Amino acid sequence: MAVNSPSVPAHPVACDTIRFVLDGEIISICNPDPTRTVLQYLRDDLRRTGTKEGCAEGDCGACTVVLLELDRTGNELRVRAINSCIQFLPTLDGKELLTVESLSSDGKRLHPVQQALVDCHGSQCGFCTPGFVMSLFALYKSEACAAGRKPGRREIDDTLAGNLCRCTGYRPIIAAAQQMSDASRTNVAEGWLAQPSCEHRSSMEKVAQLRNLRRDSGLQCAHAGRRFIAPQSIAELSAALAANPGATLLAGGTDVGLWVTKQYRELGPIIYIGAVSGLDRIVRTSTHLEIGSAATLSDAVPVIIREYPVLDELFRRFASPPIRNAATLGGNIANGSPIGDSMPALMVLGTTLLLNSSDGQREISLDDFYQDYMVNALRPGEFVESVQIPLAKPGALFGSYKVSKRFDQDISCVCAAFYLTQGGDGIATARVAFGGLSATIKRAKATEQALLGKAWNEATVAAGMVAMKRDFTPLTDMRASAAYRMRVAQNLLRRFYLETGPDARFNVYEYGRED
Amino acid sequence: MDAKTKRSTGQSGAVGKPLPHDSAHLHVAGQAAYTDDLPEPRDLLHVAVGMSTHAHARVNSIDLDAVRVAPGVIATLLPSDIPGDNNFGAIVADDPILADGIAEYVGHPLFAVAAVSVDAARKAARRAVIDYTPLHAILDPLEAVSAGSFVLPSEEMRRGDAQAGLKNAPHRLARRVRCGGQDQFYLEGQIAMALPEENGGMLVYSSTQHPDEVQSMVAHASGRDAKDVIVICRRMGGAFGGKESQAALIACIAVLMADKTGRSCKLRLDRDDDMIMTGKRHDFVIDYDVGFDDDGRILAIDFMLASRCGISADLSGPVNDRAMFHCDNAYFLPQLALVSHRCKTNTVSNTAFRGFGGPQGMFGIECAIDDIARHLEMDPLAVRRQNFYGAAPRNVTHYGQEVDDNIAPAIMDQLVSDSDYDARRAAIRNWNQQNAVHKRGIAITPVKFGISFTSTMLNQAGALVHIYKDGSVQLNHGGTEMGQGLYIKVAQVVADELGVDIGQVRITAADTSKVPNASATAASSGSDMNGKAAQNAAAKIKQRLTEFACRHFSVSETEILFAKGQVRIGAQSLPFAKLVQLAWADRVSLSATGYYRTPKIHYDRSTFSGRPFFYFAYGAAVAEVLVDTLTGENRILRVDILHDCGDSLNPAVDLGQIEGGFVQGAGWLTSEELCWNEKGGLTTHAPSTYKIPTCSDLAPEFNVRMLKNATNREDTIYRSKATGEPPLMLALSVFFAIRDAISTEANPAPALDAPATPESILRAIDNLADSAGQPQGIDR
Ligand SMILES: Cc1cc2nc3c(=O)[nH]c(=O)nc-3n(C[C@H](O)[C@H](O)[C@H](O)COP(=O)(O)OP(=O)(O)OC[C@H]3O[C@@H](n4cnc5c(N)ncnc54)[C@H](O)[C@@H]3O)c2cc1C
Ligand code: FES
Ligand code: FES
Repeated sequence: MAVNSPSVPAHPVACDTIRFVLDGEIISICNPDPTRTVLQYLRDDLRRTGTKEGCAEGDCGACTVVLLELDRTGNELRVRAINSCIQFLPTLDGKELLTVESLSSDGKRLHPVQQALVDCHGSQCGFCTPGFVMSLFALYKSEACAAGRKPGRREIDDTLAGNLCRCTGYRPIIAAAQQMSDASRTNVAEGWLAQPSCEHRSSMEKVAQLRNLRRDSGLQCAHAGRRFIAPQSIAELSAALAANPGATLLAGGTDVGLWVTKQYRELGPIIYIGAVSGLDRIVRTSTHLEIGSAATLSDAVPVIIREYPVLDELFRRFASPPIRNAATLGGNIANGSPIGDSMPALMVLGTTLLLNSSDGQREISLDDFYQDYMVNALRPGEFVESVQIPLAKPGALFGSYKVSKRFDQDISCVCAAFYLTQGGDGIATARVAFGGLSATIKRAKATEQALLGKAWNEATVAAGMVAMKRDFTPLTDMRASAAYRMRVAQNLLRRFYLETGPDARFNVYEYGRED
Repeated sequence: MDAKTKRSTGQSGAVGKPLPHDSAHLHVAGQAAYTDDLPEPRDLLHVAVGMSTHAHARVNSIDLDAVRVAPGVIATLLPSDIPGDNNFGAIVADDPILADGIAEYVGHPLFAVAAVSVDAARKAARRAVIDYTPLHAILDPLEAVSAGSFVLPSEEMRRGDAQAGLKNAPHRLARRVRCGGQDQFYLEGQIAMALPEENGGMLVYSSTQHPDEVQSMVAHASGRDAKDVIVICRRMGGAFGGKESQAALIACIAVLMADKTGRSCKLRLDRDDDMIMTGKRHDFVIDYDVGFDDDGRILAIDFMLASRCGISADLSGPVNDRAMFHCDNAYFLPQLALVSHRCKTNTVSNTAFRGFGGPQGMFGIECAIDDIARHLEMDPLAVRRQNFYGAAPRNVTHYGQEVDDNIAPAIMDQLVSDSDYDARRAAIRNWNQQNAVHKRGIAITPVKFGISFTSTMLNQAGALVHIYKDGSVQLNHGGTEMGQGLYIKVAQVVADELGVDIGQVRITAADTSKVPNASATAASSGSDMNGKAAQNAAAKIKQRLTEFACRHFSVSETEILFAKGQVRIGAQSLPFAKLVQLAWADRVSLSATGYYRTPKIHYDRSTFSGRPFFYFAYGAAVAEVLVDTLTGENRILRVDILHDCGDSLNPAVDLGQIEGGFVQGAGWLTSEELCWNEKGGLTTHAPSTYKIPTCSDLAPEFNVRMLKNATNREDTIYRSKATGEPPLMLALSVFFAIRDAISTEANPAPALDAPATPESILRAIDNLADSAGQPQGIDR
């Protein structure tokens, strides 16, 4: 590993070297291990042990670090917390990495976020604390908190949804989150870092430094025979896939990462889509939202919610901010877990996928995409280029519900979506889809039939609930029993009815959450 | 939080102050070193454990050939490699480090492998080829009861003639309830690093609540004397009881591998392995049969407690004893019959978890109280008040201890008024009339928790204090720091005893070579015992300094005062450091050990009678919840807590214990569900499937206060009270608020089991249609 100081002109980049910024310095790593995680790199290689491992599966937040990236304009910085335990090292290429040590190297001069945690007694055993510091730091740097605005309780809850603390019960951490922006922001240059050596690096300088890290050609490195390929264009991507049909496509890695850290799988060649230009684009055409498959959920979700505000809760409860900062909608769909949360809603909305390969593009309806448990219609060499979600139609009734043991960061035991339009002769369109009830996310055809042509009333709901039993034979596992799954699926149709009816009601989780 | 005004002593003003945790500034900067953060010796090997995939099986052969040739592997470890005792069970020697011949649960360690990296070791462990002959596995406590499968003999307690009392009571209800277990889910998993030292010595860094036990287990297993083993723990990333006995297993494997290879060895369990391999809170099945009068006053009760102990005794004896002791919670039970079964099941051996059986015992009686109230159509609060301990003869527990410090009724009264309980309860009834789908509920529950180890001999502690020539102080004691703020509390005590600033006192790691034979940091006793022991050590040196000053300055002892870093000696004042220097020059010893043993307690286990507890800690909580009756989803809306910390040593630390304990208890009773598959494998072994509370689960209104003027009657350290465990049980209010929410006229007492997951709640609601699982009224 060679470390270059920023003032020294960088060596011409060999295609097997990744470069990223840490504490103002550019770090170059020659042929990094494709599946070494950022956490392993920090703790084992750098012995930078402030960042902790609590689970190695993205669920506890002890490993939270912050990444700085150029946004699509190339002029602004994006500040995002991610889970270093499932992020592969080569994906750091071209980014700046901040760890808890970046905010204070000695435990003496503390960043306002850190100071607030001390002042509010926000740590007990302290093992979760570095992760909380970094999640709160991302909030501190967010637009929502700019100008010293105090974040509200809901915002704090949402920010910290991926950080578990077993000791404090969270009350003092919430207090710290509210207090952190009280500290004068001017005495710590832009609130970036408390470290004297970094204080004078402004955002502009950071942007310039990251621009310098841009590469001319795609990264292709190999480590002990295992390859990591990061194409830069869609054409390069399809060529790379055609040349390596057995390769693993890597988007945010929030599913793939766990294959390595939990299942100890050895992956063959990895093709990373995060550097493909244009694949992360998000556009609203006259008929559709087009979500590029490399767009992160954090980027895609606000656009989707603007179109379909009722999906707000579903996506807030989809994993956690650090996961959503990495994860993609394309990855959720392509992974095809029967408990994936986006698909029921996307299915009933009539979403199609644009697929691509060296043989060209084709479109497929999401309805037809799933063939069996974790088996989809992608052909060898094919990838999802974009997700096409039809725009909202006035008058249509639509809702999607996630039911799990815990509100935040839990996997659904049932995820439901309903879409109805009504004409003169009653219900004209009925689309119902469920996750958690069968081997794939699936439309509930019998239920839909029971609704079609009927008036949208209690009797129809009751008929739909009965018909649902013909659609699914759910399984029992640790998330729920078969009986509960079926009962809840049926009751969710009733909830949908109640919510679209005259006496609309809030979801139970809305109570007491108003800020 | 109430500021402390008066202090019996305390000369630098540290005691009673809400000082931050001693490591807070290190925690937030990532500078606090946990065991895995310590510098690694160059020769370090990483260890992984191979576990049984069967719940009960004869292990015919373990073929490790493929393991040995896996990349990076240096050595393997089998039972035959253990030179000493293959056991880490401290109370009963029934817990093999590596299962020998018979695997008794899914996750039972069978062998270990050492390799050059964590990854290499874990991957290699998966390559073992193991031949099993499956045997019948007992997976349920009730099956164990019928099969007579127990880790320890069943125990009974009796007072009066419960059967006659039940027969003659005007009302009688019987029901079976269950409460689930709970994973400790400390954020830092189990870990130990063993470093061989010269001449047969072994240095072990262990994340443990009980360094002394790790030391003796390691010594026995590796064929050493205790003197040859040093165990050090500066801090743990949480423990909650999970690192009381379980840490020894991890340390023993690391040490045995270090002995086998002659190299340093570290064993850090992956989260899933940790949850599968190590013990948790016991789940309980509780049957009760209660007789009561028209006012809801309990006349007699018959309890059957059956707990899942897993495969070995571990701490199940004292855990179940404590459940028996707490089946009264704050209530007088005039006639009682109780049987406690310690069931041997083919599941992981359950162990300590904050509350240590107390929560389960209280769960049983609170269910009975709630049922009585619903049967009589009374406010459960009224039934609770009817049954509180009171004046003689209603002031003696079923184990014969007089409740001489009873403040439960007073706390309840104050909380009822502070929280506006009565008006809110009425408003909720009203609200529920208007809302068909969503229902609110409210409940108030008390806590009375006995403080002391029930095994009297464990109630002793040691400390070691050094004063250096520059007047700075180094503090050591047998207690361990797991986040509970013990170290800062004890440092506050020492600073006050010596009249120096807290910054003068350096806190050092628990270390068996400094303070020997220390009890586990458990039973909430950490600051009570170590605070007193450290005070004793500091007082000894202070006495020597005082005597020296009397000699040197020709004054009498009454003219000397240690305060604020100065020593007043007659008319003059001297910096503390100066006096220390003079004393050293005069050859005064500036180092002392301290010792404490809890007074007054005595207890005869053969009759379950005596005074096992030095005192009781009290508290009460009101919870208000909302339930969606279509899905069982629920949310805690408001919590009000009033808790008794005595004269708090550190109100910030104690507040943290109350809040954290409550939320952890709420997790136990709501979202934290342990599931096993039909083969006995734990299916909730990671945070993806095992759900502890997150930030958004904290009630939007969360009012926590400490009881004012709550001086402990007993002579504890600065008259404070223990706060580690008691607050956890305040969360029972959440469970009964949920039950309140789903109780209807058609079915007032739904059969709700804990944890009240959405599914458990919906099941209870749906049971309303058929009356299965209902309390059986035997009214006459
Ligand atoms: C802690 C945690 C919480 C989670 N919570 C939720 C949740 O609440 N709800 C939920 O639904 N999911 C959840 N997930 C799962 C995961 O985050 C989502 O499925 C996510 O959307 C996957 O996206 P990704 O970009 O990370 O995919 P990756 O992990 O990069 O890839 C997933 C799969 O899709 C394939 N793939 C990716 N991109 C493409 C493409 N363009 N074309 C073809 N194939 C592709 C990959 O080869 C791989 O097979 C959670 C995961 C974690 C770790
Ligand atoms: S270690 Fe738990 S989220 Fe990364
Ligand atoms: S302080 Fe211990 S887990 Fe948060």
